[in-house]
Amino acid sequence: MVRILSVVNKMTRKISLETYFYVLPALFFLFSFLLYPTLHTFYLSLLNQDSSSFVGLSNYLYLFTHRETFLVFRNSLLWLTLFTVTVVGMGLFLAVLSDRLPYEPVIKSVIFVPMAVSFTAAAVIWRFVYLYRPEGFLQIGLVNALLAYVGGSPIAWLVDLKVNNFALIAAGIWMWTGFGMVVISAGLKGIPNEVLEAARVDGAKEWQLFWHIILPMLGPVLVVVVLTLMINALKVFDLVYVMTFGNHDTDVIANRMFKEMFTFGNFGRASAIAVILFLSIVPVIILNIRRFRREERV
Amino acid sequence: MKTNGIKFRLIILFLGLMSFFSLSSAYAQKEKIGTVHVMGVWGGDELKAFRRVTAGWEKQTGGNVEFEGTRDLAAVLRARVLGRNPPDLAILPNPALMQAFARDRKLKPMSQALEISTLKKDYSDTWLNLGSIGGNLFGLFIKVTIKSTIWYNPKEFAANRWKIPETWGELLSLSDRIVAEGKTPWSMGVESGGASGWPASDWIQEIFLHEFGPDLYDQWVDHRIPWTHEAIKSAFKKFGKIALTRGYVPGGTQTILATNFIDGSYLPFLKPPKAYMYFLGGFTQGFIAKQFPDLRPREDYDFFSFPTIHTDYAGSVTGAADVVVMFRDTPAASSFLRYMAMGSAWEPWAKLGGFTSPNRSVASEVYPDPLAVKLAKLLATSPIFKFDADDLMPAEVQKTLWKGGMDYLRNPERLEAILQKIEEVAKGAY
Repeated sequence: MVRILSVVNKMTRKISLETYFYVLPALFFLFSFLLYPTLHTFYLSLLNQDSSSFVGLSNYLYLFTHRETFLVFRNSLLWLTLFTVTVVGMGLFLAVLSDRLPYEPVIKSVIFVPMAVSFTAAAVIWRFVYLYRPEGFLQIGLVNALLAYVGGSPIAWLVDLKVNNFALIAAGIWMWTGFGMVVISAGLKGIPNEVLEAARVDGAKEWQLFWHIILPMLGPVLVVVVLTLMINALKVFDLVYVMTFGNHDTDVIANRMFKEMFTFGNFGRASAIAVILFLSIVPVIILNIRRFRREERV
Repeated sequence: MKTNGIKFRLIILFLGLMSFFSLSSAYAQKEKIGTVHVMGVWGGDELKAFRRVTAGWEKQTGGNVEFEGTRDLAAVLRARVLGRNPPDLAILPNPALMQAFARDRKLKPMSQALEISTLKKDYSDTWLNLGSIGGNLFGLFIKVTIKSTIWYNPKEFAANRWKIPETWGELLSLSDRIVAEGKTPWSMGVESGGASGWPASDWIQEIFLHEFGPDLYDQWVDHRIPWTHEAIKSAFKKFGKIALTRGYVPGGTQTILATNFIDGSYLPFLKPPKAYMYFLGGFTQGFIAKQFPDLRPREDYDFFSFPTIHTDYAGSVTGAADVVVMFRDTPAASSFLRYMAMGSAWEPWAKLGGFTSPNRSVASEVYPDPLAVKLAKLLATSPIFKFDADDLMPAEVQKTLWKGGMDYLRNPERLEAILQKIEEVAKGAY
C-alpha cells in the first residue's frame, strides 16, 4: 500500500505539468461556458437597461419594491413549496400502494406518461382542460364540463386570481408525479425484504412499518427527489409561458426574466433576476453536492 | 502510437471541416439571384396567402423565399440580431419595433432598392412618413388592418328593427334596448396568449381618437401628455361603460378576460345569437368566414364603422399595418423588396380575402367580396387615419397598457392607480 502510494506520488510530481495540460480543456470549457457567463451576468445586473451605464443595485431594488415583481417571487415560492410537497407526497403514496398490486407496471406506466410529453404540449393540453365559457354556454373544457355536469357554475381557471396559480401548479404536478413515483418506487425495491419480514414477525402493524422502517430507509431517495423538484420548481417556465404568459398575477421568476430580456429589452433587470434565480438555487445545489460526497464515501 | 493516431484523426477532421466550408461557400456563390430569408409572424392561412405572393417573385426571378414564422417575433428577432444572424428581410406587425431597430442602426435604408417617385405615386404620405426615420425610408407598408369596425348580424338587426347606431349615444341606447328586450348586446374577448389585453387597448384608442381627435392622439402616443390626463381617463371610462355595465356582456369581466379574441367573434352569428355586436378589426371577417362557411358577407354578417363621439372627428379610423424592413441588402433581398412594393404583387392575396392594401395601385375589383371592398373604401375615404396607438409606444409601455386594460376590467375603481403605473413605466421608457 505504502509502496503504491509513493509510486503515485512520484508520478504525479513528475508529470504534474502534463497533468495541468490535460486538465486545461476541461478548465477552458468550465470557464467559458459556466464561470464567465455567471460573472458577466452579475456584472450586467449592475448596469442599466442597455448596459451603457452603471446603476449599482437599483435593478435589485426595483425587483424587491414593486408589487408586480414581488408577486413573481411570491408565485415562485408557491411553486417551490406546493409543487414539491405535492409531487413528493403523491409519488410516495402511489409508489407504496402500487408496490402491493399485481398490475403495478401498468399503473406506473400510465402515471409516468405525462413525463414523456413536452412541457409546451402539456401546457396546450391543460389550456383546453381549463377552457372557460360563461354560464349558460356549452362547456367544452374538461373541468368546467364536469362542474356543469354536477350543477356548479363554471370557473375561469386561468383568469380567476383565487385559483389560477393553483391551476397552473396542478398541471405541473400532473407532469412530475410520475417522476417522483418511479424514483421512490425504485428506492422502495431496494429495501431488503428481510427487514420488513423481521418487523412483521415482531408484530409491527403496516402503518408502523411505513413510518418507522420504510420512510427512514427511503430517506436518501426522498432527498434526491425533493432537490430535483425544487430546482425544477424554480426553473418552471414553459407551462406558465404557454398557459397564461404570466398574465393575471401568475408570473414566475424564469418567465419574468425572459420578458424583461426579450420583450422589454432590459438587460440589467433581466440579469438581476437571473442572479437572484441563481442564488436561490445555490443552496439546493450545495445540499446536493454534500449528499453526493457522503454517498461516495460510503 | 496511440497519440499519433488521435493526432492523425484530428488533422483529418480539421481538413474535412475546412473543405466542407470552402465547398459550401463556393456553392453559394454559384447561385444567381439566390435565396432571401424572411421572418414574420404569419402562419396558417396568412402564410398560405403570402406564399402565393412569393410564388410570383420566385417565378419571375428564379429565386427562393425562405420564410420563418414565429409568434414571438420581437424576442426571436432581437436574439437573431444580437447574434449577428438576422434574416434578410422581416415583416413586422408594427412600426415600433422598426423604430427600435433603426435606432440601433440595424436596418438598411430602402432608398437604393426602391424608386421613391413610384412610391410617392402609389402610397399616401401617411405610409411614407410612418416608414421614414430621419428622412430615410426604413419601412415599406404592405398590409393594412382597419380596427374601427363593429361586427353585427344584419338579419337579426332587421328582424328586431334595430338601427345601425351613428353616434356614441345611439350605441348606448341601442345596447340598453337590447338588454331591455332580454338579450345581451355585446361579445368581448381580450385573451390572446402573450399579447392578451390588446383588444381592450383597441377600444380605448378608438374612443380616444373619436372623442379628442388626431392632435391629442399624437400627443398621447408620443407621451407628451401624462397618462393621468383627463382624456385618457375618459377613454377608459367610456370603454368601461360598454364592458362593465351589467347585462352588456355575457358572463361579465371573467368572461372578457378568459375569452379568446377569435372565439369572441362567433357569438353574434350563432343560432340563436348569444350576443349582437363585436368590436374588432377588419380581420374578423376571416374568423367569421372560417367558423361559419355557409354565411354570406354583407347578408349574414357585416360591420358598421365606429360611431361618432365628437362631430369634428366623425369617420376617423384607426388601424395597424405590417411593415417590411431590411437587415441585409443582398441582391435577392432588394429584388424581392422591389417586387413587394408593386401593387400587383399583392393581388393574389387580395383575391383570397382578408387583405387590404395601402398601395393605391391595387384596384378595388380584385377584392373578392363586398365586405373586402367596403373595408378598402373605408380606408380610402376616411378623413383621419391614425396608426394603432399602443403599437407605436415602447414595448414596455404597450405591455403595461394591455395589462392596465385588464386590471381596469377587474378593478375599475383603481383607474387612477393603474394609469399612474403606466405613467411611471412610460417615464422610464421614452
